[in-house]
Amino acid sequence: SLSSKDKDAVKALWGKIADKAEEIGADALGRMLAVYPQTKTYFSHWKDLSPGSAPVNKHGKTIMGGLVDAVASIDDLNAGLLALSELHAFTLRVDPANFKILSHCILVQLAVKFPKDFTPEVHLSYDKFFSAVARALAEKYR
Amino acid sequence: MVVWTDFERATIADIFSKLDYEAVGGATLARCLIVYPWTQRYFGNFGNLYNAAAIMGNPMIAKHGTTILHGLDRAVKNMDNIKATYAELSVLHSEKLHVDPDNFKLLSDCLTIVVAAQLGKAFSGEVQAAFQKFLSVVVSALGKQYH
Repeated sequence: SLSSKDKDAVKALWGKIADKAEEIGADALGRMLAVYPQTKTYFSHWKDLSPGSAPVNKHGKTIMGGLVDAVASIDDLNAGLLALSELHAFTLRVDPANFKILSHCILVQLAVKFPKDFTPEVHLSYDKFFSAVARALAEKYR
Repeated sequence: MVVWTDFERATIADIFSKLDYEAVGGATLARCLIVYPWTQRYFGNFGNLYNAAAIMGNPMIAKHGTTILHGLDRAVKNMDNIKATYAELSVLHSEKLHVDPDNFKLLSDCLTIVVAAQLGKAFSGEVQAAFQKFLSVVVSALGKQYH
């Protein structure tokens, strides 16, 4: 579970992330679609899945908005992400294995964007945070 | 047989030509031991792994990280024959070192992050896809001789 050290590390870097949230979200999502082509199956209704396209940018922004909520609810992720969990469980029905895939792509994007800040300890805290978010998102699945 | 596109071959060669094997190897192994602390089980006699600072300053870890990168170099130089190139290494990891093959993926994820930090924007989705394909072939080859 997230220690107070983890929460502090997440919040500390989040300030810098929030400034470029849309760009980071869009890049991470574009990266995921390129590296894990099977994830494209969830977006067959988009005209354009290429990096930098309008649907990818818009959806990257949406995802980062969700993560903003997660950081704000870091002390009770199940409660804070309840509505999003229901959305993913009943409407989107995204296989939870994909949460790990997207998390990895966001971590890579953070390394690209903040090479000096993304130390092994910060990486550890973010990996734990994203795992906790994924668990909360999967809460309502069954 | 693994089929590599020209882009993939060029990308892998290019990435590895830019890496300082000592720096990247040490940083990658240290990161793995910090982010996935259970991997420390294989390094019981490597001295002080007590905290992140100790791990990052540990010369035995740094040296072993270099060894690992040089091992990867063999795959870079034999991309059409990685399975055969790694047969002995696979036996070593299975029968002598007793490393759970799941750990290979953890280490390769850490290498991806270290390379991403070094290359920055140049580490695009396409480049990452090629790099991760290469690493997954390596990981598969290393696991081949486990029975």
